[in-house]
Amino acid sequence: MNYELLTWLIPLPPLLAFFIIFLATHKNNKLSHSLAIAGAGLSWVFSMMVFFFAIGYEKELTSSISWLPTAETWLNIGVQVDALTAITLFFVAWTVLMIFIYSVGYHNFGQPKGDHDRPGLAPHGAELIDQDGKHKHVLSIEPMYARFFGFISLFAFAMYVLVVSNNLLTLYIGWEIMGLCSYLLIGFWYAKPSAKAAAQKAFLTTRIGDVFMLIGLAALYTLTGSLHYEVIFSETVLHDLATTISPVFGLSWAGLIGLLILMGVVGKSSQFPLHVWLPDAMEGPTPVSAMIHAATMVSAGVYLAIRFFPVLSAGWDGGSALTTPMVVMAAIGSFTALFSATIAVAQRDVKRVLAYSTISQLGFMIAALGVGAYIAAAFHLVTHAIFKALLFLGSGSIIHGMEHGVLHTQEHIDPQDMYNMGGLRKKMPITFITFLIGGFALAGFPFITAGFWSKDEILSGAFNGGFNVVFWVLAISAFITAFYTMRQISLVFLGNPRTSAAKHAHETTATMTFPLVILSIFAISIGWVGIPEYFPVIGGIVPNWLETFLGSMLHSEHAEAHHSSIPLITSLVVSLGGLFLGGLVYRKIQNTEKDPLEWSLSGVYKVLANKYYIDEIYQFVFIRPTEWFAEKIVYQLIDQKILDGFLHGVGKLSMWLGGKFRFWFDLPIINKGGDKMALGAQKMGSNLKVTQSGRIQDYMVLALAFSLLGGFLFYLLLF
Amino acid sequence: MIPLSWYLIVAAVLFSVGMFGAISRKNAIAILISIELMLNAVNINILAFWHYHSQTLGYTDLHGMVFAAIVIMAAAAEVAIGLALIIAVYRQRKTVVASEVNALKG
Repeated sequence: MNYELLTWLIPLPPLLAFFIIFLATHKNNKLSHSLAIAGAGLSWVFSMMVFFFAIGYEKELTSSISWLPTAETWLNIGVQVDALTAITLFFVAWTVLMIFIYSVGYHNFGQPKGDHDRPGLAPHGAELIDQDGKHKHVLSIEPMYARFFGFISLFAFAMYVLVVSNNLLTLYIGWEIMGLCSYLLIGFWYAKPSAKAAAQKAFLTTRIGDVFMLIGLAALYTLTGSLHYEVIFSETVLHDLATTISPVFGLSWAGLIGLLILMGVVGKSSQFPLHVWLPDAMEGPTPVSAMIHAATMVSAGVYLAIRFFPVLSAGWDGGSALTTPMVVMAAIGSFTALFSATIAVAQRDVKRVLAYSTISQLGFMIAALGVGAYIAAAFHLVTHAIFKALLFLGSGSIIHGMEHGVLHTQEHIDPQDMYNMGGLRKKMPITFITFLIGGFALAGFPFITAGFWSKDEILSGAFNGGFNVVFWVLAISAFITAFYTMRQISLVFLGNPRTSAAKHAHETTATMTFPLVILSIFAISIGWVGIPEYFPVIGGIVPNWLETFLGSMLHSEHAEAHHSSIPLITSLVVSLGGLFLGGLVYRKIQNTEKDPLEWSLSGVYKVLANKYYIDEIYQFVFIRPTEWFAEKIVYQLIDQKILDGFLHGVGKLSMWLGGKFRFWFDLPIINKGGDKMALGAQKMGSNLKVTQSGRIQDYMVLALAFSLLGGFLFYLLLF
Repeated sequence: MIPLSWYLIVAAVLFSVGMFGAISRKNAIAILISIELMLNAVNINILAFWHYHSQTLGYTDLHGMVFAAIVIMAAAAEVAIGLALIIAVYRQRKTVVASEVNALKG
């Protein structure tokens, strides 16, 4: 089996599905989703084959072709499968396939068309009349069903391109296509103003990071002449980059490029200060776009940071003297982790809690990279992708069940507000169990769940490296994470139903629960590959495969200094403590309005519920001045006064000049001359008319006269 | 031997009579006859020049005779067409007076 070729083929089936759906089969819902799932399934098969090959042989797969001629040389692009690619392929393939299957159920395939559904809006539900003549409200199919599958196929293609490419150029191409897909999917219900605004916000916010990243790539290409990983990450190039000084702030080139690329990571992985787009991205079709924005696409940012770790850490000796990009990463990551965890505590929308928790967990990974815990970051990337996918799909399932109840009871409530739920564990048992597993993984429930192992790795990485501030900030964040996770689980599933819609909620279809079950299996078992060997009692039973596998990628061995039990105890305490406290506070909420934190934290709660007013600050500091500048300066002054004025001046001048030409040239010369010529011809004609007598003998005389005259002239001229 | 100028004078007189007839006669057939006169005057000229030219050369070549014969053929063809036209005009307009056939008057 040619595994290089197989790697090339991984991204292609979804791309083909995308084109076929949009060009041919978009009228046929069933064919479209079958094509999309077949495409994703084929990619999944290829990915799994490559993954098992890669872990079996522990050999890098590389293959490249000449793409564009650049003067004497060629620009090469290609694919590469190393340890990081392999584990990323693993979770991307699984989560992508699960999204595709889940979307069939989520978009109500098989349900009737809605009575007044129209493209660009979420389906409103259909009214059926059964045999007894009773009116019954049921969910209706998404009006743009096929279009959705086209978009996510393109998204899957881009993600696979990003993962398998061996150079930063094709990675960037995949990166940008995903930005586009993100925009299209957030704005999928484009007739809703909030969705439209959220799509633009996401696109523009990530664009800020991408521009810096592109500058970084350009600088890198200029300095090294290549965008290939093997060239950039070679010892000599890294050494050169780390020792030459760039013109900005006395940073080394590695530091400058690292910071620029870090900006792209911050935008894509939604870190502070560019985190604002992600919560708004929840406007897209509930769990699916949300999951793209939780499990796969935002992971691309962290993937890039891990991939780029050799440059980011160029010059780092493994001790506590961090490089500038690492310091920035540690600061941004740990700050974001704490910052958004606190916001998540005060959110009422079931999806928004998860959105902020995503930002927070991505912050954990960035912070882990910042303190050099490379393997821990990659580990958490994988486990987080799995359990966050599970949680988001679970929340979509919850919302779907609630929508069912809302349609049934015709209540006017928000089906996404957690305070309208409660007691769903009996109504939706599969969703409950799987969501519980996902939630416990997020909270880091000890020993069983995957999230515990990866988070413990990060905490011990920060502690063992001696970065106490990062350690304590992350520990507090982990505590808050456990707290809001239990808050969510309690509010949604425990207690009694707080609305009649929640009483009539219903378990969702098999296409939605099947992915939940699959992902919940991974949410537990995936953690076992990375149990550290020094761990008391169970350490060493399962070999720490992840560290061996991923560690093979690092150029220099950063030996762990010492192992302490403080991080372990901390993770136990924070996760169990947070879960316990959350359960205690939210166990028996009865009314639908007040949050117990609201009276205990009062003012602070308001700040948290309003997300620290970051959106308002951006509105005030960036958007309003920009709008003012655009309106007053660009539009009214430059456009209307200067440009339009100039153009109107040119127009007036032309009119005046045209008038003059008309009176001076056109009327007297062209017009009158033409008239004169016509009159002359007419006059000559009437004068010559007399010669045309019609009598043949007159013509004969004339001919004679002219021939005599001609003969005479001929004679004169010649002789 | 009759000098060349005599022939030329006869031909000139004949041509002038023909031309006068062609210009002044009213009857279309008479005009046609006048044209024949002019052609024959030219033929006399051709044959006269041919004859004297042959004598100066000292032998007889056929060019002049052939030329005259072609002119006679052309004249015959012209008469045939001219008479046909006149008959056609007569059938239409019941007249053979040339000046009355003036549909092309400007």
